[in-house]
Amino acid sequence: MSLAEAFKVALGAIAANRLRSSLTVLGVVIGVMSVVLLVAIGTGARDEVSAGIEDLGSNLLIVAPGGFEFGQAPTVSKFTLETVGDLERRLYGRALVSANLVSGETVRADDVSTFASVLGVTETFDEVLNRRVVRGEFVTESDVAMGNRVAVLGSSAATGLFGAVDPIGRTVSISGLRFRVIGVVGRLGATLGVDRDAQVLLPVTAAQRLFGTLRVDTVFVEVPEAEALDDVRGEIASELGLSLEPGDFSILSQEEILGVAGEILSTLTGVLAAIAGISLLVGGIGVSNIMLVSVSERTREVGLRKALGARSRDITRQFLVEAVVLCGVGGVLGIGVGVGLAQAAERFTPLPATITGWSIALAFGTSLVVGVVFGVFPARRAGRLDPVVALRYE
Amino acid sequence: MNERALASPDRETERPPPVVEVRDVTRSYRLGGRGRRRGASDDGTTVHALRGVSLAVESGELVSIVGPSGSGKSTLLHLLGALDRPTSGSVRFDGRDAAGLSDTELAVLRNRHIGFVFQQFQLLARTPALANVALPLVYAGVGRRRRRERAREALEAVGLGHRLRHRPAQLSGGEHQRVAIARALVTHPRLLLADEPTGNLDTATGEEVLAILRTLNADRGMAVVVITHDPEVAALTPRRVHVRDGVLESGPP
Repeated sequence: MSLAEAFKVALGAIAANRLRSSLTVLGVVIGVMSVVLLVAIGTGARDEVSAGIEDLGSNLLIVAPGGFEFGQAPTVSKFTLETVGDLERRLYGRALVSANLVSGETVRADDVSTFASVLGVTETFDEVLNRRVVRGEFVTESDVAMGNRVAVLGSSAATGLFGAVDPIGRTVSISGLRFRVIGVVGRLGATLGVDRDAQVLLPVTAAQRLFGTLRVDTVFVEVPEAEALDDVRGEIASELGLSLEPGDFSILSQEEILGVAGEILSTLTGVLAAIAGISLLVGGIGVSNIMLVSVSERTREVGLRKALGARSRDITRQFLVEAVVLCGVGGVLGIGVGVGLAQAAERFTPLPATITGWSIALAFGTSLVVGVVFGVFPARRAGRLDPVVALRYE
Repeated sequence: MNERALASPDRETERPPPVVEVRDVTRSYRLGGRGRRRGASDDGTTVHALRGVSLAVESGELVSIVGPSGSGKSTLLHLLGALDRPTSGSVRFDGRDAAGLSDTELAVLRNRHIGFVFQQFQLLARTPALANVALPLVYAGVGRRRRRERAREALEAVGLGHRLRHRPAQLSGGEHQRVAIARALVTHPRLLLADEPTGNLDTATGEEVLAILRTLNADRGMAVVVITHDPEVAALTPRRVHVRDGVLESGPP
């Protein structure tokens, strides 16, 4: 029997049991849909985080406390403003140094309050980290030197606290201390549904006093000339080595952060795909089950076909094609539903979702493989039926 | 399996070899017990359906095999039709021993040289008569257009040229069996095996079906073996073989 004939017979058998075939296909649809949707979300998350990191610029070195590896717990920083000052002097003229100190706080303005990340920053922060002041001015050197109680708001912090009112010159209070708003920075967007514009930037000295600490969390070093990046990195290491142990800090380039973040998010995508794979597996078992029913229902037909000259492999092929067609149809529908849901998620929820060609190809390929793998056992069983026994089967 | 091997004359005799010949065949089944487990013969009862039967069907012959139910006549038909293998003894098709043939070769043999007509008709429901008749040609690798032509010819030969597109549900019992006969002859087999072909039909319709089988035998020289428990059906064939308890009885002359 040719493959085309096997196809015709398979389609006839599927059409003859429409409800049963639909329910079987549904299992595969759900499996393939989950693969497409979850991989899209995983990929979307990775793209979004990567874009956020790429925003930092490629000529940035980040000095972070402790080691920086996948799986390592965060460490309390041992950096102080003195560390920052020493680095500034050492790298003077060749690189721009900035630092920050971060804490989540409730910020109030009159009767409105909002939760924001409060960053203590040095005056170079806007330049080093590409923050654009859209109104007013940024924290100045003297603000940092004097520990002035001034604040620069992220765009959504500004609208959250003041609505349409111009916030410049007004005050916000954090933990009972009042800060005068001197500027607003432009939109950064959101990463993984986290609003990066719900920020309040204070002079780092004021922030240290507010939080009762002398530490800074992260030091950022911008190196205008890319070829000097390795030299600068060496100098940072030797400077910090004077006062700190080697395990107390790590120096990272944008590329390295991308690498680690990519690793984490690829693992996440893999886990999501594996979970989706389980539902595809269950769908496949459903196909196997229904094929066994189909074979036993059509035992007499198999006997007849064998009597008329069908070889075992003709029968096996007929049932295998049926299983593969069921799964293929499920695959196509699953891809359609998965793509639709991914687009809906992208549009209506904070979850990012990126459809990639390879995930669609993989999902469709997998559904066909599921058809073969789960169809082959029932199909071979049909092929091996003894014609005499099969013809007598009631 | 090639055509020349099937057609080659038997060296021991001058005549062409029988279309099909069984020699001293036995066929036993094990009932109950646990199937095919080795050494399981103690578990179940062994039923000896055939206990040493020899029979030759010559080319162009019309034979009936008569016997009560349970006599082993269906088992004999399965052996004659290459659907089953004997427990002992040999089955020869055109002088060639079937013991050496694989399951696939037996399938090809059934497809090219044997036509079957069953008591239950065994037509595919939801499938038009033409496609039912063309089914053996699908497995013979005949192209679609040629299949339709030959299926139409076969249906016309059994007087159903006007029923090509009808599905089994739209046909009468006699028409069912005529479709089945058309299916059996569409490959131009040398041997046609009919298992109680009139068993599910009323007398008049049964006679029509038998008349078709006799015509095919007379006009096309097709060897026809009819299995029946009905002496009246058997009386219509020139040669009758009686089976009882798994052995042949010499029938009335």
